[in-house]
Amino acid sequence: MDLYEYQARDLFEAHGVPVLAGIVAYTPEEAKAAAEKIGGVVVVKAQVKVGGRGKAGGVKVAKTADEAFEHATNILGMDIKGHTVNKVMIAQGADIAEEFYFSVLLDRANRNYLAMCSVEGGMEIEVLAVERPDALAKVAVDPLVGIDAAKAAEIVAEANFPEELRAKVADTIQKLWVVFKEEDATLVEVNPLVKTGAGDIVALDGKVSLDENASEVRHPDHEALEDKEAADPLEAKAAAAGLNYVKLDGEVGIIGNGAGLVMSTLDVVAYAGENHGSVKPANFLDIGGGASAEVMANGLDVILNDPQVKSVFVNVFGGITACDAVANGIVGALNTLGDAANKPLVVRLDGNNVEEGRAILAEANHPLVTLAATMDEGADKAAELANAAK
Amino acid sequence: MSIYLNKDSKVIVQGITGGEGTKHTALMLKAGTNIVGGVNARKAGTTVTHGDQDIKVYGTVAEAKAETGADVSIVFVPPKFTKDAVVEAIEAEVGLVVVITEGVPVQDSAEFWALAQSKVDADGNQITRIIGPNCPGIITPGEALVGITPNNITQKGPIGLVSKSGTLTYQMMYELRDLGFSTAIGIGGDPVIGTTHIDALAAFEADPETKAIVMIGEIGGDAEERAADYIKANVTKPVVGYVAGFTAPEGKTMGHAGAIVSGSAGTAQAKKEALEAAGVKVGKTPSETARLLREVFAAL
Repeated sequence: MDLYEYQARDLFEAHGVPVLAGIVAYTPEEAKAAAEKIGGVVVVKAQVKVGGRGKAGGVKVAKTADEAFEHATNILGMDIKGHTVNKVMIAQGADIAEEFYFSVLLDRANRNYLAMCSVEGGMEIEVLAVERPDALAKVAVDPLVGIDAAKAAEIVAEANFPEELRAKVADTIQKLWVVFKEEDATLVEVNPLVKTGAGDIVALDGKVSLDENASEVRHPDHEALEDKEAADPLEAKAAAAGLNYVKLDGEVGIIGNGAGLVMSTLDVVAYAGENHGSVKPANFLDIGGGASAEVMANGLDVILNDPQVKSVFVNVFGGITACDAVANGIVGALNTLGDAANKPLVVRLDGNNVEEGRAILAEANHPLVTLAATMDEGADKAAELANAAK
Repeated sequence: MSIYLNKDSKVIVQGITGGEGTKHTALMLKAGTNIVGGVNARKAGTTVTHGDQDIKVYGTVAEAKAETGADVSIVFVPPKFTKDAVVEAIEAEVGLVVVITEGVPVQDSAEFWALAQSKVDADGNQITRIIGPNCPGIITPGEALVGITPNNITQKGPIGLVSKSGTLTYQMMYELRDLGFSTAIGIGGDPVIGTTHIDALAAFEADPETKAIVMIGEIGGDAEERAADYIKANVTKPVVGYVAGFTAPEGKTMGHAGAIVSGSAGTAQAKKEALEAAGVKVGKTPSETARLLREVFAAL
């Protein structure tokens, strides 16, 4: 889960990382009040989970509270790379003497963590890494040790910080490590980390990604950070039912078991769609290994409520949950849904007890259900039906 | 022959008394797995019964290993306690630990992986191999199953299979059920996993029974690209590939915690191109992948 800047700022503050005052605002009036509360020069910053907001005009300096009101009026509702701005952060103005860069992240390839640091902050890290690779220190972090005082000293030395700044920056880096570790982050990035005119080190911007598995297991407070207002309503409904669902832009609803098979099903449907009016998969929905009637009904309910969906492809490989149980699940779901089930369903079953499963569906003889012998055939049929109903 | 697992493997089940542990212990026994014990600190000294077999429950992995000579452990404990369970198995120097649990915090995985890496024998080889987490485990058909893969899809044969996904493993085993498999291993879809595509490719290359290899990947990370480099330099046996997630949008996690396209990184297209550049034939669909495998197999 990616956090907004203001959420990252608050987490930083909670763990003792030096930050400036910042207040989130949803309206120009709130922005003005926040600017008054903070006092002096403030910066109105669009809160979107995408880079490049400065260039897009989403960050403006305001000398007065009235100016903050004006900027917030312009920035709220703005579209930045497809993200609508519905909140801004009013941040205390900073007296920036120098800009640095620091991040610590999960390194998938090496299965440990990587700290990156540079005395040349401010620009995009991808650009820095390409244009000035020597200026970017990359230091591996042992998950069993973390960033202790010795590791922090190594990082600031590698990054060529001047002697007089090293202790201060290293201290902030250790605090940012505490954020990474205690909040179970996969990324903590500060760009820029600044030295103020007074010589203080301050995290001026923050990007934090949290590990959702860890949030589930040991951070109940992270639920408050979820971006419920931005979620698609169907995704919100699916999440409430505990379903693993992603809304896409297409006409063929997809239900399958296992993330890999479902991803594969989306691809096969997209290929089939090339022959049927360019219809595309409408969603990702993984009902998992235990495809009970209830889960199937919940899944069908979400998908049939998607007005874009014209047909549904149920693609299940019966493993531990055998095909007869899945077939009973489908029949039960259709009975539960009654008239709400109003779009054609193509069902492909393979694996354990496939004959029994197919027999159950054949006997139920539901007018909306078509059986397919293979994944390819099912995808083709579902694409054809979606195209015909367009 | 096979890789990592055979009929002589002695297996303990961590979490043998839980719901998943109970269900899959029964299925693994049915598949011929030699299960010699279970672990649950709170139920030490009790036994669980499956059919005519009584399996003793031990308080710790170390105790279970000392009593039974177990060399494989399978972990079914909930995500909150998975790290402790895996650490226990590593400390007890179990040779193979298969972690089925889904939803393990990624920092926990990074920590137990770092611990496993730090434990080496006199020759400098890592003592404990980890498979998973969030994986279907490993099956050597006709010999042993340490995982949740259905045992009755196919039989022993000349194909080696390594996959990030469980159900795609089953699908591919089903497509090629007449040929059969030496070993099929599901390495899991988490961002940090123990055994990688490269590890399995190296093991299949060295296994005389494996004649051809199927490698299944999906979006996210760059494991497939690194595997492609490895294949080009080190694998002489034919490899056929499949990558799921061509239609996955950027920035959305597709079921598996690690299955996410970030910017231009981790796309299915990039993985397919890297594999093809390494001489791997890549199918657009599972059925086409199976067809490609049949072609290369027939040409052997």
